[in-house]
Amino acid sequence: MQLTERLAHGLDAPICLTWELTYGCNLACVHCLSSSGRRDPRELSTAELFAVVDELAAMQVFYVNIGGGEPTLRPDFWELLDYCVAKRVGVKFSTNGSRISPGVARRLASTDYVDVQISIDGADAATNDAIRGPGSFAVATDAMRNLADAGFTGFKVSVVVTRHNVDQLDDFAALAASYDAQLRLTRLRPSGRGADVWDELHVTNEQQRTLYHWLLDHPDVLTGDSFFHLSALGESLPGLNLCGAGRVVCLIDPVGDVYACPFVLHDQFKAGSVRDSGGFTRVWRESALFTELREPDSAGACASCGSYDACRGGCMAAKFFTGLPLDGPDPECVHGHGEAALLAASGAGRPLVGAGHTRSGPVPVSIGRRPS
Amino acid sequence: MRYALHPQVGIRPERFGALAYHYGNRRLTFLGDDKLLAVVRTAHDYDDIDAAFTAADVPPAQWPAYRRALDRLVAAEVVTCS
Repeated sequence: MQLTERLAHGLDAPICLTWELTYGCNLACVHCLSSSGRRDPRELSTAELFAVVDELAAMQVFYVNIGGGEPTLRPDFWELLDYCVAKRVGVKFSTNGSRISPGVARRLASTDYVDVQISIDGADAATNDAIRGPGSFAVATDAMRNLADAGFTGFKVSVVVTRHNVDQLDDFAALAASYDAQLRLTRLRPSGRGADVWDELHVTNEQQRTLYHWLLDHPDVLTGDSFFHLSALGESLPGLNLCGAGRVVCLIDPVGDVYACPFVLHDQFKAGSVRDSGGFTRVWRESALFTELREPDSAGACASCGSYDACRGGCMAAKFFTGLPLDGPDPECVHGHGEAALLAASGAGRPLVGAGHTRSGPVPVSIGRRPS
Repeated sequence: MRYALHPQVGIRPERFGALAYHYGNRRLTFLGDDKLLAVVRTAHDYDDIDAAFTAADVPPAQWPAYRRALDRLVAAEVVTCS
């Protein structure tokens, strides 16, 4: 049996677990997957966070991807980081950089168990700040400078590829290299607030071809395996070319709800809660949703397409939030089948999505910096 | 030559072989079968890797393939060789 098939049946514990610690955020990015802004009063307590780490350690989850919201806004964030390290659960956390002072950077550089991912969405301030808010590029690059100065090599610079930054791929690579960091590119999903901007920001089919060839030419660039739908253009991209939702990945949200992947924060893909009896372990191993997701996929409308083995029908979340059937083409199908399906559906099947934890009223534009 | 699991690597058994994760370079490696997993886990006990193969019930005809697999794991920094 091929490895991909083995993974399709699921694992005893996730390989890649995303854990969003808070819905609070000091930015208001237009494409935020989790519609973050305000903290939720029901967010897990420090003791509950520690109990989750204990479970992850027992399940031998090697590392977690911590995000939010802006995870460093939680007052107990640094304590949680120390607890994970003590339990030998590695952490990679995503941040906008606003709390990565020189002192914090030195502390982070001192352990192998912590990796940092700084998000930017443009290789210059104008392109980035249009998505992430005024001043956010300067804050992110200050954080990168602090990490580099502290000797933290190989941290990640993470970019969501959009119609407006896809021409800057070489610039992103150069920027990451200048800080001795690693570039990571991921796909824009129509999830959270991303649903509102997806039509304008998602890359065109022609841009997808350029991106595909650029990725093949730059195999060291990380992607979180998020562009596997592009494998239908010919050669497979490196990594797992399969939707890993509920099979190798899942998401724990700030209130402890467990979803099939970081891009489907919707009731239909909620498998349970870490607060349920049996905790996260039981949700991962026994929930009805995850059991169902580990069944063989049906190719559905894609069955007659010669590329199905390469792209496996693409991303479940992208289909769901654009109102397409899950057993059909991805909205960004490289052969154009998704576009045709979108036109036919004309948005009728799009799920209702609320504003989530988005702040109402004017968005704060200044980002607090903690002195080092 | 003595082989051993790299000190920065964690191993997690799965229904097929195992997953290995290197906390330094943060790479994930798959070990495709249980015998290879047994060899990796016990290699440090043996001066001669053939003895580890014997102990893990690897048929002698497959030893060359297992040596190549071990070399790949050394290159991937899952296993050390000294």
